[in-house]
Amino acid sequence: MATLWRRRERFLGVLGRLCRTVRALSGKNEYDLLVIGGGSGGLACAKEAAQFGRKVAVLDYVEPSPKGTKWGLGGTCVNVGCIPKKLMHQAALLGSALKDAQHYGWNIAQPVHHTWSVMAQAVQNHVKSLNWGHRVQLQDKKVKYFNMKGSFSDPHTIRGLTKAGKETIVTAENIVIATGGRPKYPMHIAGALEYGITSDDLFWLKESPGKTLVVGASYVSLECAGFLTGIGLDTTVMMRSIPLRGFDQQMASLVTEHMECYGTKFLKRCFPTKVEKLEGNRLQVTWKNTDLGTEETDCFDTVMWAVGRAPDVKTLNLDAVGVKTSSETGKIIVDASEATSVPHIYAIGDITEGRPELTPTAIAAGKLLARRLFGQSSELMDYDNVPTTVFTPLEYGCVGLSEEAAVQCYGSDNVEVYHAYYKPLEFTVAERDATQCYIKMVCLREREQRILGLHFIGPNAGEVIQGFALGIKCGATYPQLMKTVGIHPTCAEEITKLHITKRSGLDATVTGC
Amino acid sequence: VFPSEAAKYEKKVMVLDFVTPTPLGTSWGLGGTCVNVGCIPKKLMHQAALLGQALQDSRKFGWQFPEEVKHNWMTMTESVQNYIGSLNWGYRVALREKKVTYENAYGEFVGPHTVKATNKRGVEKLYTAERFLIATGERPRYLGIPGDKEYCISSDDLFSLPYCPGKTLVVGASYVALECAGFLAGVGLDVTIMVRSILLRGFDQDIANKIGEYMEEHGINFIREFVPIKVEQIKEGTPGILKVTSKSTKGNEIIEGEYNTVLLAIGRDACTRKIGLDKVGVIINEKTGKIPVNDKEQTNVPYIYAIGDILQDKLELTPVAIQAGRLLVRRLYAGATTKCDYVNVPTTVFTPLEYGACGYSEEAAVEKFGEENIEVYHSHFWPLEWTVPSRDNNKCYAKIICNIQDSERVIGFHVLGPNAGEVTQGFAAAMKCGITKEQLDSTIGIHPVCAEVTTKCGKSSPGTAEVKSPSLVFQSDTA
Repeated sequence: MATLWRRRERFLGVLGRLCRTVRALSGKNEYDLLVIGGGSGGLACAKEAAQFGRKVAVLDYVEPSPKGTKWGLGGTCVNVGCIPKKLMHQAALLGSALKDAQHYGWNIAQPVHHTWSVMAQAVQNHVKSLNWGHRVQLQDKKVKYFNMKGSFSDPHTIRGLTKAGKETIVTAENIVIATGGRPKYPMHIAGALEYGITSDDLFWLKESPGKTLVVGASYVSLECAGFLTGIGLDTTVMMRSIPLRGFDQQMASLVTEHMECYGTKFLKRCFPTKVEKLEGNRLQVTWKNTDLGTEETDCFDTVMWAVGRAPDVKTLNLDAVGVKTSSETGKIIVDASEATSVPHIYAIGDITEGRPELTPTAIAAGKLLARRLFGQSSELMDYDNVPTTVFTPLEYGCVGLSEEAAVQCYGSDNVEVYHAYYKPLEFTVAERDATQCYIKMVCLREREQRILGLHFIGPNAGEVIQGFALGIKCGATYPQLMKTVGIHPTCAEEITKLHITKRSGLDATVTGC
Repeated sequence: VFPSEAAKYEKKVMVLDFVTPTPLGTSWGLGGTCVNVGCIPKKLMHQAALLGQALQDSRKFGWQFPEEVKHNWMTMTESVQNYIGSLNWGYRVALREKKVTYENAYGEFVGPHTVKATNKRGVEKLYTAERFLIATGERPRYLGIPGDKEYCISSDDLFSLPYCPGKTLVVGASYVALECAGFLAGVGLDVTIMVRSILLRGFDQDIANKIGEYMEEHGINFIREFVPIKVEQIKEGTPGILKVTSKSTKGNEIIEGEYNTVLLAIGRDACTRKIGLDKVGVIINEKTGKIPVNDKEQTNVPYIYAIGDILQDKLELTPVAIQAGRLLVRRLYAGATTKCDYVNVPTTVFTPLEYGACGYSEEAAVEKFGEENIEVYHSHFWPLEWTVPSRDNNKCYAKIICNIQDSERVIGFHVLGPNAGEVTQGFAAAMKCGITKEQLDSTIGIHPVCAEVTTKCGKSSPGTAEVKSPSLVFQSDTA
C-alpha cells in the first residue's frame, strides 16, 4: 500500500515537473495574469491589466457562511460590506429625517414603523445588480471569469474547484492573491458558531433580526448596531474594552456617547461566556461583567459577532509555493510593490499584512500593480494619509494621525490641537442634540504648522473629509486652511474657522450664525 | 464680527444697524442679510424641501406612513423665524459682552469724521470717529414696472411671509431665484420661473443648464425669454391672486398668467446712495452703486473703509465679508499685514440639485488660458443613497479643470450633487495648497461617498465644452 502510494506521489511529482517543463519549453503560461479573488482589489487589478491588452483571468468563489449565506461576484465591499452597510445606514438616517421633518412643517403622524423585509429586499436587489454589472464588465474587458475556489499547485499553477467538485488547472505568468477576509467566530464561546451570525449574514436576512446583541467594538460592530437602532430595533453592543481600537480615542468616545443618546444600549467591559438556545428560537447569552465581577444573562433574537476578521488563506495551499504569512495575523507579507516572498506572486487588499482594510486602497493598489506589471509604470502605492469614515449614526471621518499617535510621534510640546464643538444648522429647527458634533485638527506646533491629522464628527462626515484629505496630500498647513474661505452655511466650513487650541483651555463652542 | 474683533484690541467701537422696511413693510433684527433674509433661512427652507424628498425615499427603505403627507408653511416659517430671533439676540449679547455700543439707527455721513444716526422714532444723534467702516450691504432690486412694489414680494419678505405663498411666479435667473423656486417647489407649491436670458450668469454655464434641466424634470415650470411688464391684483387676500403680463424679449408676443405670489429675484442694489458719501467725498461707481477699494479695503478717503456686498468687483458672500472684516481689524489695530485672499473662494448654490464650485468656470478657463492649455476631467455619478429609491440616475456630475502648463494644477472645481457644500469645502482648501491632477489621483477616496468621485474623474474629449462623453456611470469601479 505504502509502495503504491509512494509511486503515485512520484508519478504526480513527475507529472508536475513534466507540465512545468513543457510549459517552460513552450515558454507559455495560459494567462499573463491570474487573480484569485473577485473583490474590490482583484477586479480592479484584473480590469486594469486587461486594458493593456493582456490575457487575464479572475477566480472568485464564496464559501457559504456557517449559516449558509452566500453571494455573487464583487467581494466583501459589494456584498457584505460598504454597500449594504451604507444603504442600511441610510435607512436609519431617513428614520431621523422623518422625525426632523415634522419640525420643518411636514405633517407625518408619529411613530412611523419600519419593515425590515422591504429594506432588505431593496438592498439585496441593488447588490445583485452590482454582481451582474461586474460580470458584464469583466466580459466587456475580455477578462475570463471562473466561479471556482483556487489553490496553488506550483508558483504558476492554480487548481480551481467548482461547487460541484469539477477541477480546472489554470496557469499564469503572474498571480495576484486578493482573497480578502471573513468574519471571525469566537470559537472558545459555547454556542457561538451554532447560534450566532456575522455581518456575512446580517445583510442577507430575509426577516428582521429583532432584539439584537452585537458583540465587538470594531467599526463593523458600531455601524451595524447603529443602523439596527435607527430602524427601531432593541439593540445592545457588548464591548470587552475600548471602542474603535486604533482610532483617535477621544473621537471614539464621542461616537459611542452619541450612540447611547441615540438609544443603543452598551454593555461595557463585558465579554460573553456562552450562548444557548431557548424555546421559540430565542437565544440566551451569559456574560461576565469585569467591572462588577458578576455574571449576567439576557435573551435576544439575534446574536451577531463583530470581533474581527481573519484572512482567507487556509485553502490557498500557500505552503506548497512558499508564500510567507505573518505568524501573528495569518496575513500575507508583501513589500512596497505588493510582491510576496515568491517571485511573480503578489497580494493586495484585506489579505495583506500591515495595510488598511479598505476598498479604495485595495482598488488603487490593484490598479498600480497592473500598471507596474504591464504598463511600464514604476509608481508604488502610497498608504499614507488614507482618509476613512465610520458610518455610525453620527458619522466620524478622519485622515492622518490620531491625537495620541501624533503626541507619541512628536511629543506633546511639538503638537498643537485646534478644536471646536459646532452645531449643524439643520439641527437647530429640528431641535436635535449636537453635543457630540466636534472637530479636531492636529498640527505640528512649529512655525509652518503642517496638519498631521483631521477628525470630524457630524453629518456627512465622509463628504467633509474627502477634500481635506486632498489638501493633506499636498502637505496642507494650518495657515493655508485659515486662508481658505468657508462655504456658508455648511458644517465643513467650521474646519476653516478652527482657532481655539486645547492648550489654551478656552471654551471651544462655536457661537454665531 | 468686526466690531467684536476691534473691541478685542480695546478700541472704542460703535455699530449702527437699521433695516428700512420693505415696500410691504417687512423688517428684521440685528445680523444683516445672511442671518435674516439670506443664507440662514434659505438653507433651512432648502432643508425642509430636502426632507420632503427624504420622505419619499424613506418608503423604499422600509419606512411606512400614510400616502399623502402635506406641508404646513406656517409651522416651517415660525420655526425658522424663532431660530433667527435667537441669532439676533445672540448678536446683541455678543456686542454687549465685547463692550461694543450698538444703536438701532440709520447712519449717514454729514461731514468729515461725523455721522448722523436717526432711529425709528426720528430722533437724531451725531457721532464722531477716527475711522469708519461701511458695511451696509444690499437690498433686492425691483423691476420698475406698474404693480411691482405694491404687489410683488422679494427675498426680504419671503422668509417671514405670514401665509403660504401658494402658486408662485419667480422672476429672475440668479441663484436667489433658483434656490427660492427650488424649495418652494420642494414643499409642494406650484412654481414657475420667468427667465430673461441665461441661468446663473457668471457661473459655469454647462452646470447652470444641468441645474435648470433637473429643476424642470422635477416639476418646476420655466418661461424663457420673457420679462414682466405689468402686475395687477385680481383678488385681495393672503395670498390673493395676481395677474402678470409679460413680453417676449425676442419679439412682440405678450402672455398673461395668474399667480398667488410674484417673487422678484432680479438682482440686488448696494445701499450706498443715501448714506451721505458725497458729503465726505467717497467715490462710488455711479452705475452700480458699489464702492471701489484697494487691497486693504480702503476707499479713496483714507479713514473710511468698506467691506462686504457693497464692494466693487468682489464676491457677495458672507464668509468673504467676515474674513475681510477680521483681517482689516487686525491690520488696523494689531499690526498684522495679512490681506484678504479673494482667489479661489468656494461657493455653493443650494438648488434642489446642489452645486459647489471653486475657481474658474470652464468658459472662463478657456478664455484665460486657451482651450489647448486646459484639460477638463469629469464624471457623472450616482449617489448610493439614490439607488434604492431608483432616483435620478446619471444626473450628478463632477468636473475638474486643470492648467496643463502649470503641472496640471487644478484651477476649477465643480460638483453637482447632494451635500455639494460639504464636498467642495475641503477641495477649496486643497486648491489653496496648489493641488495638481497627479496629487488628486494619488489621494485615496472614502468609500462609499459622493466626494470620492473627485479622485476618479477621467478626460473629456479635448477642448470642446459641448462634446463630452461622460465616463462610466456604473459604480463597479468603486464597489
